[in-house]
Amino acid sequence: MADLFTVNKSPFEKNSLENAIKFSTEGASILLIEDGVYGASKGTACESMITGAAGKKFYALKSDLKARGIADDRLIDGVEVVDYAGFVELVCSTDKTQAWL
Amino acid sequence: MSDIKKFMYLNRRAPYGTIYAWESLEVVLIGAAFDQEVSLMFADDGVYQLVKGCDTSESDMKNFMPTYRTLGDYGVRYMYVDQASLEARGLTADDLIEVAWEDWETEEEVDNIVEVVDSAKVTELMAESDVVFSF
Repeated sequence: MADLFTVNKSPFEKNSLENAIKFSTEGASILLIEDGVYGASKGTACESMITGAAGKKFYALKSDLKARGIADDRLIDGVEVVDYAGFVELVCSTDKTQAWL
Repeated sequence: MSDIKKFMYLNRRAPYGTIYAWESLEVVLIGAAFDQEVSLMFADDGVYQLVKGCDTSESDMKNFMPTYRTLGDYGVRYMYVDQASLEARGLTADDLIEVAWEDWETEEEVDNIVEVVDSAKVTELMAESDVVFSF
């Protein structure tokens, strides 16, 4: 097992996503929430942070995607959408949770 | 006294994660009472404020997109969007809301005052503004 990293800042404004990816171990789960969900969009200047990260699993919170008008067809391939229940499951199924702000 | 100044509201933050976008809107709406020439500039993550299709029903937050659509009625004549910021986020003008404007006295109408401009134009517009409020 590995840790769950939550990232709540836009990757265009802060390096939270970039460094959460960098410092996380193989098999880590990275959940994008709040403004962090902008990192899940494809075709952006920040796309390679996720597409270039091998061995990590990415998730994005559904309600925050919806609030920001990011439709499922705009997501980077491999990013899994989770709802609040899925968020809880991730917290329970990983070793511990690290909140990257 | 007729002393009209050019006011620019510069918006550089995403809409929901922080209070900046909402605060900017509040100031724009209040400022409407002062009869100045008002423009809004959206750059960096601020371009996300105009993305259409936002649905905050599951987030327990106010969807203030409808408020942007009424800005034309509050004295806002120009809404500019930095093209490079849009492109960096994989967005185009088609992803943005449209805002109509009408002059009640002359009945001049504009269907959409949202305009995508290049960086040189952004620089020019900022330079020629009398006041720039940054959010």
